Amino acid sequence: MEQTISKTNVWGGGERPYNVSYGKMMMWFFLLTDALTFSGFLAAYGFSRFKYQDIWPEAEVVFTHFPFMHGDHPLLFVALMTFILIMSSVTMVLAVNYGHKMEKKKVILWLSLTIVGGAMFLGSQAWEWGHFIHGTEQGRMLADGSMIHGANLMMNEYGHPLFADYFFFITGFHGFHVFSGVIILSIILINVIKGTYEKRGHYEMVEKVGLYWHFVDLVWVFVFTFFYLV
Amino acid sequence: MSNEQKGNWWIWKVFWILLIVTTVEVLLGVIQPEIIAGTQFLGTSLLNHIFIVLTLVKAGYIVLVFMHLGFERESFKWTLLLPAFILIPYLLFILLSEGSYSYFMM
Repeated sequence: MEQTISKTNVWGGGERPYNVSYGKMMMWFFLLTDALTFSGFLAAYGFSRFKYQDIWPEAEVVFTHFPFMHGDHPLLFVALMTFILIMSSVTMVLAVNYGHKMEKKKVILWLSLTIVGGAMFLGSQAWEWGHFIHGTEQGRMLADGSMIHGANLMMNEYGHPLFADYFFFITGFHGFHVFSGVIILSIILINVIKGTYEKRGHYEMVEKVGLYWHFVDLVWVFVFTFFYLV
Repeated sequence: MSNEQKGNWWIWKVFWILLIVTTVEVLLGVIQPEIIAGTQFLGTSLLNHIFIVLTLVKAGYIVLVFMHLGFERESFKWTLLLPAFILIPYLLFILLSEGSYSYFMM
C-alpha cells in the first residue's frame, strides 16, 4: 500500500521499500549474479578470441547444417533455435498475464506450451552438438599426418581447440539452465493443476519462474550474438 | 503501472520487435555486406558493432517489458541495473584489451 508508507520508517522493517515481495527480489538478485557469471564466460571467450584471432574459426563455416536439408545453410538452424526460445518466452509472459487474471485453464495451457518450447530447444541443441562433435566428411589433417573429424575438448577440426572448449562450456551451461527451467516449470505446472496457487489467492510463483525463464532467453540472445554472429 | 487491464497486444508487439531484429541480424550475418563488414571501427568491424547494438535492443525489451523491470520502482530497477552496467563493461574492457595485447606480444 503505497500511500500508507511514511518516509521515516520505510526501511525500518515490516514494509517493502522496493514494493516487490521477498521471493521476487531474491530471484532478481540471483539473476543478477547469474548474469555476471555469464558475462565472465563470454568475456573470457572474447579474450581468447582476440589472442588467437588468426586461427579462430568462423561460426558461419562451422555451423552450416539444417535437418533434412543438404548443402550449406549458415545461421539458419541457430536462427530457428532463437525463434523457439523467443516464442517460449512469449508463451511464458502470456501464462504470467493470465495468472494475474486468475484464469487457471489458460495458465495451464500457456505454461505447458512454454515447457514444450524449452524441450524443443534442448533437442535442437543436442542436434547441434552432435553435428559439431562428428564434424565433416573430409576432416582436417594435423601436422603429424593424422586426420581429425569434428571437435571435442582436446581438438577441433575447424580451428583452435579453445573454440570448442568455450562452445561446449558456455552453450552447455546455458543448456543446463534451460533444462533446470523445464524441470522447475513442470513442478510449477503440477502445482497450478493441483490448484495450489488458486487456494493461495495469487499466481506469484508463476511470475518468479517466468523471470528465470526470460533470463534464460536473455542469455541466449547474447550467446547467439557472440558465438554465431560476431 | 499495471499491465493487467491492457490485454495481450503489448506482448505480441514485443514478440514482433524481437523477431524482426533477429531476422535482420541473421540476414546481415548471412549476406555480410562488404561496406559495413569491411569497415574497421574501434578494434572490430562496423557490422559487429551493429550486431552488438541490436543485441542490446533485444536485451532491453526482454528485461524491461517481459521481465517487467521497467514497471518496478526506480530504486529497485537501478539496484539491479547499476552493478551490471558498472561491472560488465569493466570486465570486458580488461579482458579484451589484454587479449589483443597478448596477441601482439605472441
